[in-house]
Amino acid sequence: MKEIFERSGGSELLLQGNEAIARGALESGVRFCAGYPGNPSSEIIETLAEAAKEIPVYAEWSINEKVALEAAAAASFAGLRAIVSMKQNGVNVVSDFLTNLSLSGTGGGLVLVTCDDPGGISSTNEEDARLFAKLADVPLLEPSTPQEALEMTKWAFELSEQIKNIVILRSVSRLSHTRANTLIGDLPDYGGGAFFDTKSPFHTFPVLTKHLERHKKLDSAMILSERSAFNRYDGPDWPELLVIASGSCWNYVTEAVELLDLSSKVGVLKLGMTWPLPCNLLRKHLARAGRILFAEELDAFVEESVKALTADLGSEVGIKNFYGRGSGHIPICGELSPGLILGVLGDLFSKVWKAEIFREKIRTFIPQPVPPREFGFCAGCPHRGSFYAIKAALAWDGRNGFVSGDIGCYSMGIWPTGFNQVKSVHAMGSGVGLASGYGKLGQFGFDQPVITVCGDSTFFHAAIPALINARFNDSDILLLILDNSATAMTGFQPHPGTGSNAMGHKVEPVDIESVCRSLGVYVEVGDPYDLNVTACAIYRLMGMAGPRVLILRRKCALVQGRQGGFPYTMMVAREKCLGEECGCGRYCTKIFRCPGLIWDAAEKKALIDEVICVGCGICSEACPRGAIVRMEKRKD
Amino acid sequence: MLQNLIITGVGGQGNVLASQILGRAAVLSGLKVTIGETFGLSQRGGSVMSHVRISDKRNYGPLIPPNMADVILGLEPLETLRIIQEYGSETCSYIVNSRPIYPLNSIAGEMEYPDPEWIKMVVSSSGGKLYWLDATRHAIALGGPIMLNMIMLGALCSLPGFPVSISQIQAILARVFPETKLEANHRALATGSEMIAGNAN
Repeated sequence: MKEIFERSGGSELLLQGNEAIARGALESGVRFCAGYPGNPSSEIIETLAEAAKEIPVYAEWSINEKVALEAAAAASFAGLRAIVSMKQNGVNVVSDFLTNLSLSGTGGGLVLVTCDDPGGISSTNEEDARLFAKLADVPLLEPSTPQEALEMTKWAFELSEQIKNIVILRSVSRLSHTRANTLIGDLPDYGGGAFFDTKSPFHTFPVLTKHLERHKKLDSAMILSERSAFNRYDGPDWPELLVIASGSCWNYVTEAVELLDLSSKVGVLKLGMTWPLPCNLLRKHLARAGRILFAEELDAFVEESVKALTADLGSEVGIKNFYGRGSGHIPICGELSPGLILGVLGDLFSKVWKAEIFREKIRTFIPQPVPPREFGFCAGCPHRGSFYAIKAALAWDGRNGFVSGDIGCYSMGIWPTGFNQVKSVHAMGSGVGLASGYGKLGQFGFDQPVITVCGDSTFFHAAIPALINARFNDSDILLLILDNSATAMTGFQPHPGTGSNAMGHKVEPVDIESVCRSLGVYVEVGDPYDLNVTACAIYRLMGMAGPRVLILRRKCALVQGRQGGFPYTMMVAREKCLGEECGCGRYCTKIFRCPGLIWDAAEKKALIDEVICVGCGICSEACPRGAIVRMEKRKD
Repeated sequence: MLQNLIITGVGGQGNVLASQILGRAAVLSGLKVTIGETFGLSQRGGSVMSHVRISDKRNYGPLIPPNMADVILGLEPLETLRIIQEYGSETCSYIVNSRPIYPLNSIAGEMEYPDPEWIKMVVSSSGGKLYWLDATRHAIALGGPIMLNMIMLGALCSLPGFPVSISQIQAILARVFPETKLEANHRALATGSEMIAGNAN
């Protein structure tokens, strides 16, 4: 048994924030766990699905976040504790159900975990999902460390059952992907079955009565929060500056106060519950400080609420100087960091952080910024083949065609790695919805061909309704499903097409071809490693009318690498490669752009980087001279 | 005691696994460890950085404040250069693998990959002690580029005064890897250790 699933507590483990949330859920006696993968949230369900192999809990990867919350709510209505996890975008997807669910209320403790991604490190957007707590009138908890993530998850379940409503636990990348010593507690005995009491239904009527009830629940949460040790103050009784901090930023504030030797002047009020705010606690501390700094990610969520509270309190707390996003002291977007907080505190107390001297010295050695590492598809990635074929087909057509993109590794098609073919990327499934719109623009004189792409997991998540829309409204769309048999970008979670579920049970795969054909859509299947055959297929399909699907199927290169590897050893035949004299314009290294193909500046010829090349062999088709040679790997 | 370490490299080099193994070894010996992992869009080929903070007192935050790294373990030269200005200091030690992984934009000729010898000069002039290791070549000899992270961990744990020992790493490896893979990983750790000894002048 892995240590994280130990029944008895007392040991200290190096847990990731997401693992700590999962452990906290298990210690709370959670029975039902659901989610949709998305960085930085994925490890929560992954851990719980592992646990489900040894502990009587159920875990699933749902096809999207809304269905995940609905499935988890069913368990709650039947009296069980349930958890659902997602990244910030997922909260948008669940929001319609969430704002109704918070009216009907819940049964067994129900916790929604959102892992936001300040800085958009692995996202198409930067979004503060905390606003949904305010929108849905539900409590919002924000842990700062893995230990607190474990403990606050347990609190979230208790709170949910105390007020009979869902509770949102909000993590950020910097907590979800932080590991730290975490003391684990005992797992409970699992008893009690699921039962839906038909005398106590869950619905939203009468709406105004339920809305009023929802606010009363929020008031109860506030009273519980006032007494909670998760909101706490450290510092002098009458600080020169009060910092109100939540989430991961609290770590940066405490360390910056220490490093600048400001602990006798600066007080830190750490808020564990950031909605509703503990108003009495705030009243006390607001009355004792004239200057207030906010350290939170991402929006001025606590800042604006505290400013409103200060206005309500009026002369009782007096006039304040606020420092935060409103004053420009904290940037309006991006992740906070220890350096940023050191800078702000340094400004407010006229202290200079010692780093500048060293930095000046380094600047004399490195005058230019270090060049960025361009994003690209992995060596062996089937998407490189797909986009190569798309580019060729659109170029043959010559009518200024483009790709309507979607969410996944192939979003990188906006960059040179996908030959800059993708011209729009938004939300899950949106590429197909947009394509169904472009497909109706012919009557307005639009004659540019549009190809839309989506991955296999994205297809199930949100692309199917858009495809049905195209069929229903007879829209001319060509959808390429880039089926790499994995939710690759988020770490290879299974989905309905892969043949197994989150807990590793074998299930009959949902066949993408059959789904499309059942809608009356024309379907073909191809292999993106056959570059020219695929390009010809795309070009031919572009000439047809109505909704069409081409499934380009080839395993993700990283999965293939683990499952037997690739067949070829590659080499560049030096006598055949003419380098810059060839006339190809260094096609392989300037356009095809596989990281396994490098440029030998001394010889002025292409070269295989044997550390990076995996041996997929497709570049041999891309070289106009046939100078890139593939040889069967020796089997020894 | 507080030891601030940054492991920097490129996606696919085993950065995150190395930081976890090191962290677990430190926890096993009763130390407080916090690791902040930064990885972005791509599974392979992007910049990846782990901050590892080891203390005998408390768990520090997940990010090392500016210019407070004690050791930078660079799995790749350009990625090492990228973080010196923000995290390096007069006293920071550097263990750097000399083998570049070329970014796509440099392969395409749109930006020049700095001469590794120049990177070496910059790192050694920045103040701290530099160990410039030909570790990828040794990794290939030991079974493949994937052995690089263990060689680098072996080197790191052989730094004078580093709070985690190679035998503590080995204790964790026994839990992480199947027995068939242990010997090769032990050899990689030993290789890293020897490289530090050979550089200790």
